[in-house]
Amino acid sequence: MSDTAHGIGGLTFDASKRDWPPEAGVAIALVLITAAFEILGRMLYGESFLFNTREGVEGLFNTQRLQVIILQVSIIGIISLGVTQVILTGGIDLSSGSVVAMTAMIAMSFAQVGDINGIPNSRAVFFDSGWVNLPVILPVLIALAVGLCAGLVNGAFVAYTGIPPFIATLGMMVAARGAAQWWTAGQPVSFPTESYAAIGGGMMPVAIFVGLAILFHLILKYTVYGKHTYAIGSNEAAARMSGINVRRHKLMVYAMAGLLTGIAALVLSSKNLTAQSGMGLMYELDAIAMAVIGGISLQGGRGSVLGTVLGALIFGVIISGFTFLKLDAYYQEMVKGTIIVGAVILDQWRQNRVAKKM
Amino acid sequence: MSDIQTNISAADVNHVDGHPGKVILRTEGLTKHYGGVHALVDCDFEIRKGEHVAIMGDNGAGKSTFVRQITAVEQKTSGKIWFDGAYRDFGGPLEAREAGIETVFQNLALADHLDVPDNLFLGREKVLFNLGPFSILDYKGMREATLRGLEKTGVKIPNINNTIQYMSGGQRQCVAIARTATFHSKLTIMDEPTAALGVQETAQVENIIRTLKEQGEPLILISHNMRQVMELCDRIVVWRRGRVCANLNVAETTGEEVVAYITGAKTQAQYSSAA
Ligand SMILES: Nc1ncnc2c1ncn2[C@@H]1O[C@H](COP(=O)(O)OP(=O)(O)O)[C@@H](O)[C@H]1O
Ligand SMILES: [Mg+2]
Repeated sequence: MSDTAHGIGGLTFDASKRDWPPEAGVAIALVLITAAFEILGRMLYGESFLFNTREGVEGLFNTQRLQVIILQVSIIGIISLGVTQVILTGGIDLSSGSVVAMTAMIAMSFAQVGDINGIPNSRAVFFDSGWVNLPVILPVLIALAVGLCAGLVNGAFVAYTGIPPFIATLGMMVAARGAAQWWTAGQPVSFPTESYAAIGGGMMPVAIFVGLAILFHLILKYTVYGKHTYAIGSNEAAARMSGINVRRHKLMVYAMAGLLTGIAALVLSSKNLTAQSGMGLMYELDAIAMAVIGGISLQGGRGSVLGTVLGALIFGVIISGFTFLKLDAYYQEMVKGTIIVGAVILDQWRQNRVAKKM
Repeated sequence: MSDIQTNISAADVNHVDGHPGKVILRTEGLTKHYGGVHALVDCDFEIRKGEHVAIMGDNGAGKSTFVRQITAVEQKTSGKIWFDGAYRDFGGPLEAREAGIETVFQNLALADHLDVPDNLFLGREKVLFNLGPFSILDYKGMREATLRGLEKTGVKIPNINNTIQYMSGGQRQCVAIARTATFHSKLTIMDEPTAALGVQETAQVENIIRTLKEQGEPLILISHNMRQVMELCDRIVVWRRGRVCANLNVAETTGEEVVAYITGAKTQAQYSSAA
């Protein structure tokens, strides 16, 4: 048989000279950006970004900051796990932010308490029907179902009508926002039950994000679903000719993205203890940005969940870093925009470079 | 359906060349228009079990179009297809493949960002446990089968776990051929399989084709290589401007005659509409 572990036909292959995985580049970027904030902080304010410098406090790192960095990106990070899969197939999902609002409004209205300190909570959406103090499983299932349905509608349009994903999900973006307002005629939904509030309490969002990231890392790498997701993004015609049911698979991928968006809505409304029709604004763009910064190619077929997680961390570091350096939020947005474009350029440059080497 | 049934038995009686096997694939009036382009017109074609049939014709004659219609990669404009004794109207490539048609497409149908085993098993991955779409991939099993399959093509690939993106035309072609050779089928179709290959690789692929012949597996071979066709096939069907213009037994024809049909200098009487 073959004379090396990988090769065939007498060609040798030096495994030690293999190209670095693209995630390595993202990880290096993360380290460099963090180091930049560390250095700037020490120069400008004599403070450390990452390390613990407070008297009488144990520990090497500034754990509080580390927690904030990851906590503030974990909810959009959950969305980004779904968006990653959509982009891997060569698609895009612009509806996530609106679907978060719609899902949160609907789910939360089934999670309200009946009375606040003994006073009847008559502003609860279903107060008159008596649907208050419901077991938490109900709003949870409703959130998953609403998110899933939104994803299925997106997927059905993309897969079976041939309209571009950009347009199909743009439609959902507008419609879901409308549905979020219509549900309560624009009124916010507040006062969830204790068990509902626990879903997004404390570091729970981080735990859910990390858990889901590990799950989808495994799914994309080790299952047929994952393989077909990459294959469709890499060459849709070839995938179809090879007998992959491309339409059904796209439907599944968009449904999966919807489901993850539903989970994000659950966590977000629980964490905020309220749901409003305006919530989740621009989340879709942040989620796409995390994926793109993490090395997911907008042309499809390339990237990984690990990359997206690193992309989310870069995002978190930048937001915290700007607050730390006491810079205005405007700059944050401008730098975020620059980084997104930079990541896309870098992706194309990387493609060209590899092509030249061959 | 009743006239369809009759047509099958008719097909079994009226064979053109006296080949003994049963008809594995038959088309009648197969036609494909791309808007105003009549790429394939009224095509009657037949291949029997164990038979190796070559399709020849100039570029643009409609050979690949024919392949795309019988494998249901595209939906035909009109016409009928029988496969393996039954009238079939495949809804898509998966159905054709499941029915037993293995194809090396001219564009190879490979996914650039996947590695060699992934491409070989694309659409029918080996799995460790069946969990529907979330079945766990058997990477090891696919690797080993890939090495065995590629061995037969004589290709040289330094690392089969690299993405195929930057592989040479010949390497890619061998991956596509190994894919058909790895799965047993009732009919194999190869659309210009050796077009990008070197001398040694071509010889290996021709050996694969000879093995198919020995095993009695039917093959449709599309090729411009006269020597190859004369050596490997029983029959040559010549295509011209979307129509069949000749159906020749290799034993009873010469290279010059085939060329005359390809260029349009000659047309067989029964195909006079193609003239
Ligand atoms: N998708 C398409 N749209 C329009 N015209 C096409 C398409 N595919 C093939 N054709 C045309 O059909 C004709 C036959 O093409 P093809 O079957 O690829 O020829 P070949 O015999 O070289 O394989 C050509 O004129 C080609 O330009
Ligand atoms: Mg062709």
